[in-house]
Amino acid sequence: MKFIEEGRGELLGWMHPDDARAWMAEHKSRGLDDKRTTMADAVYRFTRDGDYFAMGGFGHIRFSMAAIHEMIRRGRKGMAIAGKTAVHDVDVLIAGGVVDRVDCAYAFGHELRGLSPTGRRAAESGRVRVVGELSNAAFQWRFKAAAMGLSWLPARVMLGTDTLRYSSSKVVEDPWTGLPLTLLPACYPDVAFIHVHRCDRYGNCQIDGTTIEDVDLARAAKRLVITAERIVGEDEIRAHPDRTAIPYFLVDAVVEVPYGSHPGNMPGLYYSDEDHMAEWLYMTRSEEGVQQYLDKYVYGVSEFSEYIELVGGEEKMRHLEKLERLEVPFEAPWARRG
Amino acid sequence: MKYNATELMACVASRILEDRKSVFVGTGLPLVASMLAQRLHAPELLLVFEAGGIGPKLPMIPVSVGDSRTFHRAVMAASMDYVMGMAQAGLVDYGFLGAAQIDKYGNLNTTVIGSYDKPKVRLPGSGGANDVGSLCGRTIILMRHDRMRFVNRLDFLTTPGYLTGPGARERAGLPRGTGPYRVITQLGVLGFDEETKAMKLISVHPGVSVEDVVNNTSFQLVVPGDVGVTQAPSAEELRLLRDEIDPAGIVIGG
Repeated sequence: MKFIEEGRGELLGWMHPDDARAWMAEHKSRGLDDKRTTMADAVYRFTRDGDYFAMGGFGHIRFSMAAIHEMIRRGRKGMAIAGKTAVHDVDVLIAGGVVDRVDCAYAFGHELRGLSPTGRRAAESGRVRVVGELSNAAFQWRFKAAAMGLSWLPARVMLGTDTLRYSSSKVVEDPWTGLPLTLLPACYPDVAFIHVHRCDRYGNCQIDGTTIEDVDLARAAKRLVITAERIVGEDEIRAHPDRTAIPYFLVDAVVEVPYGSHPGNMPGLYYSDEDHMAEWLYMTRSEEGVQQYLDKYVYGVSEFSEYIELVGGEEKMRHLEKLERLEVPFEAPWARRG
Repeated sequence: MKYNATELMACVASRILEDRKSVFVGTGLPLVASMLAQRLHAPELLLVFEAGGIGPKLPMIPVSVGDSRTFHRAVMAASMDYVMGMAQAGLVDYGFLGAAQIDKYGNLNTTVIGSYDKPKVRLPGSGGANDVGSLCGRTIILMRHDRMRFVNRLDFLTTPGYLTGPGARERAGLPRGTGPYRVITQLGVLGFDEETKAMKLISVHPGVSVEDVVNNTSFQLVVPGDVGVTQAPSAEELRLLRDEIDPAGIVIGG
């Protein structure tokens, strides 16, 4: 295979496939163990300073806010994050001093809400370093390569662009077509958190709606913590085995966290809390505001249920549930009005 | 009937989209344009979202291309792997893109303004943009038109247009017959010359002169003799946009 080009991005998360096999063989138990624990214990046992970290979901959709809060409270630092459409997750982790490197497909933005003040300040001041660029599909397929136990997967993305030149991918001549082809290096995050609708005590998970990148991410992650809206009986999982998105033998710990994706959307259950997002975007326009936010919502509480009370408790959650079911009108306080 | 530039851009984009074709959409203006097309001439326009939503009946504008609205009464709630694979396999006809900078070959920058190592503005990066620009059949670019954005040289080439000109996409290994199709701005509608792949003016919006467009473009624009005037939004298009698609004015109100 003729070598054509190599990106200058720092390669994070890659492992030799035989080393990855050895890790999976040793650390992923095929035994049925009760993995239920607390958020604090899961973060203590399964995250390390300096880890390469990935969050399931989509930045502010079905993500594990509870895990983010706990990593900040525990004072984790020096972590690199898979910016695989990182939105509110990376924002709060940067604010909380956990993340100082981003492997970047998408970060520092809030989609329809605009750019992120915290993320931008951090990236522009150099406090957070972007180690490499890539596209969303590239990230997805880096996890897929890992899930398949391969060192890379080919794709026809990023070709001819600076995104490739600043990535950790390589371009070779496709031996069949003779055309340039991008080789995406496998990505095995040290640790991933994935928030799901329900799972059993062993970690068999069901996800309602799009699975985004999580089926492959779950198989790629070296350590995997599941946070779930609800822990259900094993029978409920086994009654619908076609619904299992993540099987137990990939999972290291299971934590039940109702409303664990707040202020993000949890499909089918609750919509995003745009009042809270607007408060975040407003407060984080200054570093003092960032500190005030963290003091109030993260350091000021000891666990996620207290945070849920603080953001409006039962009444607010009922409203977000109605919003998800389209029973009340949607409002976006951050939107510009004509 | 009075209208603003965003409403006009939505209408122009919607008219390009054909019935019984598929389109990779971002949220915001692309989505508004797609929803308008579905209500007028393209009821079977298939919407595809990068997080895995396929063919939803959208009840409102999603905040995120991954939120639950993107698979509300959809034909499939899939994964990113699935929809990106669809695009790579040739099943996505159109794709929408936006950018902070564009050059004459329709290459786009959404990564940094200024130098890469010490950026003046750090933008989000590719996201799915490079994938859309690489893999969809025809891409439609929606962005503001001024000399800071229509530049001779991009600060960073995030998403491929025609790269360095005719044949460059194919030589780079990108799928045959793909590339940017239209650029829609607050001033006019632009396309790409068949031979040179350089950006050319197709029409100016009502009240805008050819000179306005040229003066707001840093690179040499191809200006043919037959530049038209963009058709203004109809009363029906405006009614749908304001009353049904974006009643809160989240996208078109700005």
